[in-house]
Amino acid sequence: MSTAVAEVVEKKSEPLFSKKNRKLISNPLDIDNPITVQVLGICSALAVTAQMKPAAVMALALLVVTASSNVIISLLRNAIPSRIRIIVQLAVVALWVVLVDQVLKAYVYEIWKQLSVFVGLIITNCIVMGRLEAFAMANKPGPSLLDGLGNGLGYGVILLIVAFFREFLGSGSIFGFKVFEELGIHYVGNGLMLLPAGACVIVGVVIWVQRSLNGYRESH
Amino acid sequence: MQTKNEDYNVRQSNLYIVLFASAVAIVCGGLLAFASQTLKPLQDANVELERKQNVLATVMTLKKEDNIDSIYAAKVKERVIDFEGKVKEGVKASDVEIAKEYKKKPEERSLPIYEIMDESNPEKVRNAVLPVYGFGLWNDIWGFIALEEDLSTIQGVKFQHKGETPGLGARIESEEIQSRYKGKSIYDDDVLKAVIMMKGEGIDYSNDLHKVDGMSGATLTAKGVNNMLIDYLNCYKNYLEKNKSNLSQNSL
Repeated sequence: MSTAVAEVVEKKSEPLFSKKNRKLISNPLDIDNPITVQVLGICSALAVTAQMKPAAVMALALLVVTASSNVIISLLRNAIPSRIRIIVQLAVVALWVVLVDQVLKAYVYEIWKQLSVFVGLIITNCIVMGRLEAFAMANKPGPSLLDGLGNGLGYGVILLIVAFFREFLGSGSIFGFKVFEELGIHYVGNGLMLLPAGACVIVGVVIWVQRSLNGYRESH
Repeated sequence: MQTKNEDYNVRQSNLYIVLFASAVAIVCGGLLAFASQTLKPLQDANVELERKQNVLATVMTLKKEDNIDSIYAAKVKERVIDFEGKVKEGVKASDVEIAKEYKKKPEERSLPIYEIMDESNPEKVRNAVLPVYGFGLWNDIWGFIALEEDLSTIQGVKFQHKGETPGLGARIESEEIQSRYKGKSIYDDDVLKAVIMMKGEGIDYSNDLHKVDGMSGATLTAKGVNNMLIDYLNCYKNYLEKNKSNLSQNSL
């Protein structure tokens, strides 16, 4: 009752937090990070990181969407016709995104106002689709959930790092808290950091630091 | 029981694909319709509360525990006027959709106006709060301007936006930017000049009643704000000038 790819993984029944499954969470944080290694989701990493607060909520929203879409697609994986699988994946992602958007609007209106556009843009985030296609279509719901959470976290961590430097250097604040003003230092914000180009520079530096620490090399 | 190959082939048939796609569409559509219907009252209440809050926030500092509805009911008199400054009878301010009115010609717009009454003398208008609407860099922007008794000095402004860049144009929503408009004046003697947000940031305009400091990296949003103010203040011009002349007669 399954495709050839799925069978390999499904043969063994293993505990949810086996060593291999734990890697599903830890790998995306470092050696398989969606942004710095897989280079997915760059677009939103550039767009929402001018300040930390929107970046944090965006990361949380993406975490919810990747994890839940991964589970749904994994449950449906043996029923989805392969010729329309991308459309089905898209429909499931869009469903979750709109649900998250509606719930935010009803219960945390203030945050919804800040984020509305970006929550909608999760639909087009390559990480979500990438994980569905590469992992959830071939694995059981449990590991798929972990994979979704791992990648959501991996994305969120980079988002927060980039947003930290951009807000700190660009506006002289962290989570809206004016650091330099509190210290009594006059600081003129670096305008480049507020522009998406500033995020490019920071993402580049993060990739450089990460790769020199873990020794990752692109295979040719 | 089917073998794997047969099962796979069934999943590739056109009938199966059409049925599967329809099922996905119906389930997703159903869930969304359900979510939208159940959450709508909550969302509408949020929008209405926000409108009242915005009107009040231009003239007073609201605390978290304040009951917005009761303060609003006690202090605010809603009216709708036309371009000539005449009151339109039978139209409720909360029913006027400014986003739609904005698309009409200025002469044809219905213009809501919120008059904040004086606490000691309920006949006297202490502040006039005017809604404004316009277009920023990416999408619609809107807000409220509260004028003091003289109908020229700005008591406070409240701006909001749909899709300005976070950290750049979206800053028009912040207290920091909005407080720059406080105490500025839209009239220079009898000429309507509005208030212009300048290019560049960190320049002191405290001596100029018609200019405010700009937003670094968001000059186009600032332009949108400027156009919005000029456009809408011109709509209210007749009302403002009529009432201004009343004011000066009364004080004589």
